[in-house]
Amino acid sequence: MRSLPLLFLGVFFTIASSWVGIVLVSNIQLGGLEPATPELTDAEGNPIAGVFFEDPETGEMRLGLNQEGVEAWPVQLVGAAQRGKRVYEQMGCLYCHSQQVRRQGFGSDFERGWGERQSVARDYIHQERVMLGTMRTGPDLANVGLRYSELWQHQHLFNPQITSPGSIMPRYAFLYEVREISESRGPSPNAIEIPGDFHPGPGELEVIPTQRARDLVAYLMNLRQDYDLPEMRREQ
Amino acid sequence: MSFPSTLTEAMSPTAEPKGDLWAKLSEVDRSMKVLGVFFIVCGLLWLMLGTVFALVASIKFHNVDFLGDSEFWTWGRVRSAHLNAMIYGWAFNASFAVAPWIMARLCRTRVRFTNIFLFGGIFWNIGVAIGVYGILAGHKVGVEWLEFPAYVTPIIAIAFAFIGVWVILLFRWRQTGHVYVSQWYFLAAFFWLPWLYAMAQIMIVFEPARGVVQALTNWWFAHNVLGLWLTPIAVGAAYYLIPKVLGRPIYSYYLSVIGFWALALFYNWAGVHHLIGGPVPAWVISAGTVASVMMVIPVIVVAINHHMTVVGLHREGWASPTIRFVVFGAINYTAVSLLGSAMALRSVNEITHFTHFTVGHAHHGVYSFFTMIMFGGIYYMLPRLLKREWPSAMLISVHWWTTAVGVTLMVVVLSIGGFVQGMQLNAIDPETETAAFEFMEVMRNMIPYTVMRSMTGVLITIGHVAFFINIVWMLLQRAAKGSDSKPTLLTPGA
Repeated sequence: MRSLPLLFLGVFFTIASSWVGIVLVSNIQLGGLEPATPELTDAEGNPIAGVFFEDPETGEMRLGLNQEGVEAWPVQLVGAAQRGKRVYEQMGCLYCHSQQVRRQGFGSDFERGWGERQSVARDYIHQERVMLGTMRTGPDLANVGLRYSELWQHQHLFNPQITSPGSIMPRYAFLYEVREISESRGPSPNAIEIPGDFHPGPGELEVIPTQRARDLVAYLMNLRQDYDLPEMRREQ
Repeated sequence: MSFPSTLTEAMSPTAEPKGDLWAKLSEVDRSMKVLGVFFIVCGLLWLMLGTVFALVASIKFHNVDFLGDSEFWTWGRVRSAHLNAMIYGWAFNASFAVAPWIMARLCRTRVRFTNIFLFGGIFWNIGVAIGVYGILAGHKVGVEWLEFPAYVTPIIAIAFAFIGVWVILLFRWRQTGHVYVSQWYFLAAFFWLPWLYAMAQIMIVFEPARGVVQALTNWWFAHNVLGLWLTPIAVGAAYYLIPKVLGRPIYSYYLSVIGFWALALFYNWAGVHHLIGGPVPAWVISAGTVASVMMVIPVIVVAINHHMTVVGLHREGWASPTIRFVVFGAINYTAVSLLGSAMALRSVNEITHFTHFTVGHAHHGVYSFFTMIMFGGIYYMLPRLLKREWPSAMLISVHWWTTAVGVTLMVVVLSIGGFVQGMQLNAIDPETETAAFEFMEVMRNMIPYTVMRSMTGVLITIGHVAFFINIVWMLLQRAAKGSDSKPTLLTPGA
């Protein structure tokens, strides 16, 4: 090949095509998504099915409007849950746990009780770091906040064998402080109840979650996609 | 001076008259000596460290208590440390060693300003070291293939800028009119990577795009590190090494043109197949699937071109360590790419997605294909840089057998395990309409496969130790006396 300008142009335009196609166009399509009410309305306030409605005057397809006085979803994570997300990231949870429910009939996500509906792009709009995941060594966590109690989460993080015998999840005992029960003040109200076999020293020691453990559990308890979005109504 | 009779011959690195060529190449080798040795040694150290991380991560899959109370060594971090040490440490250093050296040889030019390149290389390795430590210390970014903490980004970016500019300058100084196929691949790779890296860093880490656009950018980037960096580097190296060692020009110039442009056109769209079934628009997934399947064209074309160059010379090739590794890599390029195209189909992906199958596929690509070709390149390159031969054919033989057998077994084990995993995860009991296998049951059923994976990992580790000893031995050896030293070849039985 002698024509170097041709080589450079080709090399440039090939990568530009996928960048425009995959990144830029999807950003145009999805970058403006906002929280939405379960049902959208047309310009006159009449409920519509789906996301778009036809403007009666011009015949154009327009985006539906949020209903007034109804809560729009998703909502932003705040405080402990937001900090907990950073712990989730640092511990590398996303390499074993996905956060996306696939549609019914594609895999067994519905049958496993991982969600009542498919995850959609709008579910992720508030997330500064989107961790959809690519591996399911462990179960999907898109709706884990709906499945377990805080106590279960703490026990499971302290030692997964307590709640899930045979699990290959690592234990995160280093997020908990094992300390002697204070003689003057008695057991701490924050201590986590740990069953006998797994307890580091029942009667003398107690297990207290550190700030990071409390944040992480707050994050996990907030993982839920159980609200309705207008995307769900397309087929009605 | 005799002129080459065909265009194909003119393009071939073996085409010029021997005496003149040797003098020029010898000068190139001399001027690249420090650089080549620097990057090979850095790559080797990262390879060994990455192997340690790999073993730890693999053992934790069946022995959860192994280093279980250490936050530093928790699985989620060791796994990322392994990936980043192997990609940005080993694979990039190996690329920086092999590709610019081949480029310099093909440009037939005096190499100048090597300090720019060396400076970039030192910075690069400092950046990777800080990044890997940052991952283990808990500063990681939770984005696959971009785990280095954000404070490492400027170091990596500046380092690559120095390296990239130097490679482009090198090409500008070329003294030959023809631009050989390897040079197209290398130039394209050195152009594509900074674009990919810059866009990914901006749109994911520094100014995160909204929602799943991040995920799309993530897989556009991550798959293209493989497709637009590792692949062109390794394919370009194979295009140089196979004809060079066997002394036969590449089979077809026209096929190499088709192979190059088809790769450039299709590979960069393929990455989004990692999001099949996910919360992203269906049209993006369809585009990614189409591009993934279209990759069959460049793959088959390159396979024909390489195979037809080697055909009939298998006995000679088998004796050369370089050809053994490179041809193994080239065959696996075909295999892994065709498998990848199949995995991008929705019906296949429904089973393989989220399982060990994908992990096996990643090792198939980065190890069986890329890494093996880099091993072959280093076996060819280091004796020419140091003007001395490999000290031990036995160690080369150990390296060859353990890595070739080890990685093949690993890919087979993970593929079978992943397929079983995917089938069991998806199976639905028709009567109760619930999952046919409890999740814990599927997890338990995977343990034999992960134990076998660790065993294949030990085998590969033995190979890496042999490679390490051979290189260190070679570096410590004195220069060969006189010019009668013979290349270290492998006997047919070894």
